Amino acid sequence: MSDIKTVATRAAYGETLVELGKKRDDFIVLDADLAAATQTGKFKKEFPERFYDCGIAEQNMVSIAAGIASTGKKVFCSTFAMFAAGRAFEQVRNSIGYPHLNVIIGATHAGISVGEDGATHQCNEDIALMRTIPGMTIINPADAVETKLAMEAALQHDGPVYLRFGRLPVPIVFDDDYKFEIGKGVELRAGNDVTIVASGLMVGEALKAHDLLKEKGVNARVINIATIKPLDKDIILKAAMETGAIVTAEEHTVIGGLGSAVAEFLTEEYPVPVLKLGVNDVFGHSGPAVKLLDEFGLRAENIVEKALKAIDIK
Amino acid sequence: MEASRKLELQKIACKVRMGIIEGVHAAKAGHPGGSLSCTDILTYLYFEKMNIDPQNPKKSDRDRFVLSKGHAAPALYSVLAHRGFFDVELLKTLRQIGSILQGHPDMKYIPGVDMTTGSLGQGISAACGMALSAKHFGDKYKVYAVLGDGELEEGQVWEAAMFAGNKNLSNLTAFVDYNNLQIDGSLSDVNSPYPIDKKFQAFNWHVITIDGHDFDQIENAILEAEKIDKPVCIIANTTKGKDVSYMENQCSWHGAAPNDELYEVAMADLKKVYEELQ
Repeated sequence: MSDIKTVATRAAYGETLVELGKKRDDFIVLDADLAAATQTGKFKKEFPERFYDCGIAEQNMVSIAAGIASTGKKVFCSTFAMFAAGRAFEQVRNSIGYPHLNVIIGATHAGISVGEDGATHQCNEDIALMRTIPGMTIINPADAVETKLAMEAALQHDGPVYLRFGRLPVPIVFDDDYKFEIGKGVELRAGNDVTIVASGLMVGEALKAHDLLKEKGVNARVINIATIKPLDKDIILKAAMETGAIVTAEEHTVIGGLGSAVAEFLTEEYPVPVLKLGVNDVFGHSGPAVKLLDEFGLRAENIVEKALKAIDIK
Repeated sequence: MEASRKLELQKIACKVRMGIIEGVHAAKAGHPGGSLSCTDILTYLYFEKMNIDPQNPKKSDRDRFVLSKGHAAPALYSVLAHRGFFDVELLKTLRQIGSILQGHPDMKYIPGVDMTTGSLGQGISAACGMALSAKHFGDKYKVYAVLGDGELEEGQVWEAAMFAGNKNLSNLTAFVDYNNLQIDGSLSDVNSPYPIDKKFQAFNWHVITIDGHDFDQIENAILEAEKIDKPVCIIANTTKGKDVSYMENQCSWHGAAPNDELYEVAMADLKKVYEELQ
């Protein structure tokens, strides 16, 4: 596994902004004094006149983005997930969400894999917050390939989009011919004993879990859900019907994220066991990202454990 | 300003104030005090200044207006209705189920509303975004905003002020509807934003102080603003509840509707003002 190429989705975000900037000049990029970290600095270097630093004032930045979008222009609005979804929640809701404006929020450093910065910066609740805003599209790409395609799709999309990116380099999951569509999940591995529904950096872990389960004679279906809202209900319903048990895997609190979205849907449409793997209603702490993922149980082995339990109770 | 034009604007403003009272009375809710105080500013902008077309409210080169103090929606709606964006009769549907006239301005459904506002502090930031967009893409339109004086207590206002100063958004003019009252009392009793002028100046804005009910002064301030290569703040001294006898300078009328009896008194007060303008 060590020779697999890894790229942080935030790095792909920065690189794709530059690529898009070369193709079109009809969008602006905003940041809040985190250009080096969010990687919008790459765009700033290439197109300094199309980049505006709002300084350490995220609430203002979010409403500025709304104002730009109200004039019919496209805008990427970038900061850490903690500040985009957390600090500026009400601005996202009222300035962008309620008027349904075409702002693309590029939220980096999501989840516990922020690592050393600790709990104040480890945003494990952004998906839950963004899900409560009517009309908000939430995309949590699994790798650099999906990041690029999601950004292209977001630029074409009518309505606000929240893009969730990570700091930690993650394996490339998708080939260059991968077709991305907002609102569509993708079956990555076939299987009929249980379904693992994963998002973001947990997709790589889900694929490993598939292999580990195979060694135990268990055929686990693996579904990548990049678009958490709107959820691809068809692929989830089919999985529930055909495999009878679901495990969700996300680098996010188990309250309100992917697992909740899947469970909320299935309890009404086709109840089967849904076991949620994520951060269990606790704050994180400082440490290397890879060790935190071990400690907080966000690994293939944890998915395997949940999958076997799900099969047991189905 | 020519005397005849000034008289015309005064008459329109009086009609706009009647529309505010009609709306708030019919809704049995809303914010009359701060609507009546900013009426003359809005009237001047929509009837004299802004490049707008009621028949084509979304035309791309229009000047933009953001009512950052969104709770003064009855004033904005009344101005838009009297300017021809929609039927004046619609004002009586304010805040009712099925009406486009939401409690706070809604750009999705109301012709002429350029930005959804209501949560204080956010409108001025959105206005900065519009001004930035115009400068960036080479559009010539101007952006006007009206802030409440109590709204200046929101931290986001000063984030926006800092941004506008730093990016030199000279196409942005923001009025402060300085009526000196907010829900809980006078500004200085609640949490003083003073000195207002020095704060904006410190963020590199040009500041002009006027009587916000005097059309000559409103016009001169805007003409001055157009010559200044900086964002401009016009501090408009106003009277909360202007021209309704029992509402003037009473913070209790910030967010309360008149009953039938007081509605008649308010309309009689405004009719008297109108007649005196003949």
